[in-house]
Amino acid sequence: MNNLIILPILIPFVTAAILIFFHKKIRIQRWLSALSSIATIFVALVLVQKVHTDGIQSLNISSWDAPFGITLVSDMLSALLVLTTSVVAFVCLIYSFKSIGAEREKFYYYPVFNFLIVGVNGAFTTGDIFNLFVFFEVMLMSSYVLLVLGGTKIQLRESIKYLLVNVISSALFVITVAYLYSVVGTLNMAHISQRIAEIGQPGILSVIAVLFLIVFGLKGAIFPLYFWMPGSYYAPPAPVLALFGALLTKVGVYSITRTYTLFFYHDQGFTHELLQLLAIVSIIAGVIGAIAYWDMKKIIIYNIIVAVGVILYGVSVMNIDALTGSIFYLIHDMIIKAALFLLVGTIIAITGTSNLKKVSGLIKRYPGLGWTFFISALALAGIPPLSGFIGKLLIVQGGFEGSSYVGAGVVLMSSLLVLFSVMKIFINGFWGVHRAYENEDKAPVKWLLISPVILVILSALYGIGTEAILPYISQAAETLANPSIYIDAVLKE
Amino acid sequence: MRSNNNIILETTMKVVLFIIVLFSVYIFFAGHYYPGGGFIGGLMTSGAIVLLLIAYDIKTVATILPVNYRTMTGIGLLFAIGTSAGSLLFNVPFLTHAFGHIEVPILGDISLHTATLFDLGVYLVVVGVTMTIIQTIGEDE
Amino acid sequence: MEIVMAIVIGILFMTATYLMLSKSLLRIIVGTGLLSHGAHLLILTMGGLKRGAAPLLGEQGPYTDPLPQALILTAIVISFGVTAFFLVLAYRAYKELGTDNIEKMRGNRGNE
Repeated sequence: MNNLIILPILIPFVTAAILIFFHKKIRIQRWLSALSSIATIFVALVLVQKVHTDGIQSLNISSWDAPFGITLVSDMLSALLVLTTSVVAFVCLIYSFKSIGAEREKFYYYPVFNFLIVGVNGAFTTGDIFNLFVFFEVMLMSSYVLLVLGGTKIQLRESIKYLLVNVISSALFVITVAYLYSVVGTLNMAHISQRIAEIGQPGILSVIAVLFLIVFGLKGAIFPLYFWMPGSYYAPPAPVLALFGALLTKVGVYSITRTYTLFFYHDQGFTHELLQLLAIVSIIAGVIGAIAYWDMKKIIIYNIIVAVGVILYGVSVMNIDALTGSIFYLIHDMIIKAALFLLVGTIIAITGTSNLKKVSGLIKRYPGLGWTFFISALALAGIPPLSGFIGKLLIVQGGFEGSSYVGAGVVLMSSLLVLFSVMKIFINGFWGVHRAYENEDKAPVKWLLISPVILVILSALYGIGTEAILPYISQAAETLANPSIYIDAVLKE
Repeated sequence: MRSNNNIILETTMKVVLFIIVLFSVYIFFAGHYYPGGGFIGGLMTSGAIVLLLIAYDIKTVATILPVNYRTMTGIGLLFAIGTSAGSLLFNVPFLTHAFGHIEVPILGDISLHTATLFDLGVYLVVVGVTMTIIQTIGEDE
Repeated sequence: MEIVMAIVIGILFMTATYLMLSKSLLRIIVGTGLLSHGAHLLILTMGGLKRGAAPLLGEQGPYTDPLPQALILTAIVISFGVTAFFLVLAYRAYKELGTDNIEKMRGNRGNE
């Protein structure tokens, strides 16, 4: 029993409830949200350290014992993801102060923002498959509101599609859980894993595994299921986009990782092959999209798909190196994607357009912006010593060890093309003839730069401090590679 | 105010409204040991308010019940979170409830449970959210 | 009994799919509602259909499994919330965009 686990969920929740009362008072809302965000980061740090020293922490909510009640479990992977989420949330929050606009702020932007964090942190922490669904829904409901907040035409139009896709995938989630329950008769994730190990994963469980892949793939945007993403993510303003891009898809990826390492690891012949195939095709499809578009937002959005593919490729290989790499890359990608979206948001705030052909010569007036973008582009592609490098290295290494040469090759090639796609933004947007933009002087560039700079510094530290961070990551990977650690921690308390 | 000739509805409503609200309160407390509880009670109460909305229009109802439903949702949430987070103070797992029996002079033995407070939160949230939704759709003609 | 339930669920899913493939937004929303009803019935069926006492102290066994019902209740609450939000959204979209035809909401204008 450790009530520390609940705090990263509880703090934003309480904040959100309190903020509902102050929805007209923007200043109070900002301060409270920022404070609660900092508190969450602090708690998450303590939690990571606690998990590192004392092993997996679990909490049986409402004092019902493990397989019967709802259990929250914090292993290293979820603790690290909660920490990253809190950091990204804080950074997006301070970016919002000067960019989201008073109208949205008055219309419950901050409460909904906090609810989103509740959902994301909850999904990372829960140890119960149905509870995962509930937190997914908390997260999705908030994302619907954030997506539509402001009510411009494009937002309304895209929200309808986004909502429809997610309603269907939620129904599918419920259906999948129903099938799983009928086979194993339990909902506690550790207990499910134990039961599956007892019955030795018959064919029906492979069907369930694929259903889970479809459900989480829809949220996480893997190859055939990413069709909704470029349109929907295009609509909201930059800080919301950064939150979505950095967090929402990663929850899907986390869920696939969790279910495929904890439940369906016995018979990897079909399910993991399928996952691998889809991951590779996702990388290719994402790269094609990222190169093809001349729209800055679109380019970064397609890069999400590439990253999801890379991470899931590592998961599908299922050896310790690849898993370590995947976790490294997952955290790196959350940080750097948020940074890139915020940077693109800043460019849009200056120029008023996201069309690359209408932007040029920014570096003359905004050198800080230019170089921050340059560094984050390098980090995204995985140039050492920045943070993307070590993750990709380990994934590729794991791929070669697992003798899946095609996949590893695709991951390597994708780095190059990803670099090309972001450099396209850099070269076209920052070099060239300096232009004057209409609303240029109104954009609070200095303030808007704070957030991405924080993230880029974090990313650099993450890359340089690999030695110091590695023990934490390998602890997380070890739990993934060896489910009995997780099961023992939850069930034998 | 719109002109209306639905006198039958208005008259019956005056009686039925109170029965529904009372019944919803009953259902709310019945949830203690039998089927019922905050969610269903809240839905029933909002059903009563919707009936009121059908009989009169939105402005009249707003003068009869000057409640800000969004604030109500917030209060409900705080109730629910407060009750569940109270367990943190006693160093037991989150959401653990306490209960006991109390002897009250006239009513006799009463069982008290902190889950009721939680349920009250749920009740307020349900009424608040439902009415917010209905108002949002109904507000502009 | 399971066969009957399976057929009912199948019909619900079928109708839901049909409705969701239509162009009118309202029909789509009704379709999503039916889809979630089907899913809820599926949980009930998958939990095992059998008669028995409530699993409380003092009741005589055999007991029924209370978990599917708890799951369904949760899922119903969630789908209620989502459907309500969807309705509000559809209404706002209808007013802003002037159409409830999903085909006409297609355009890529503003997306590129």
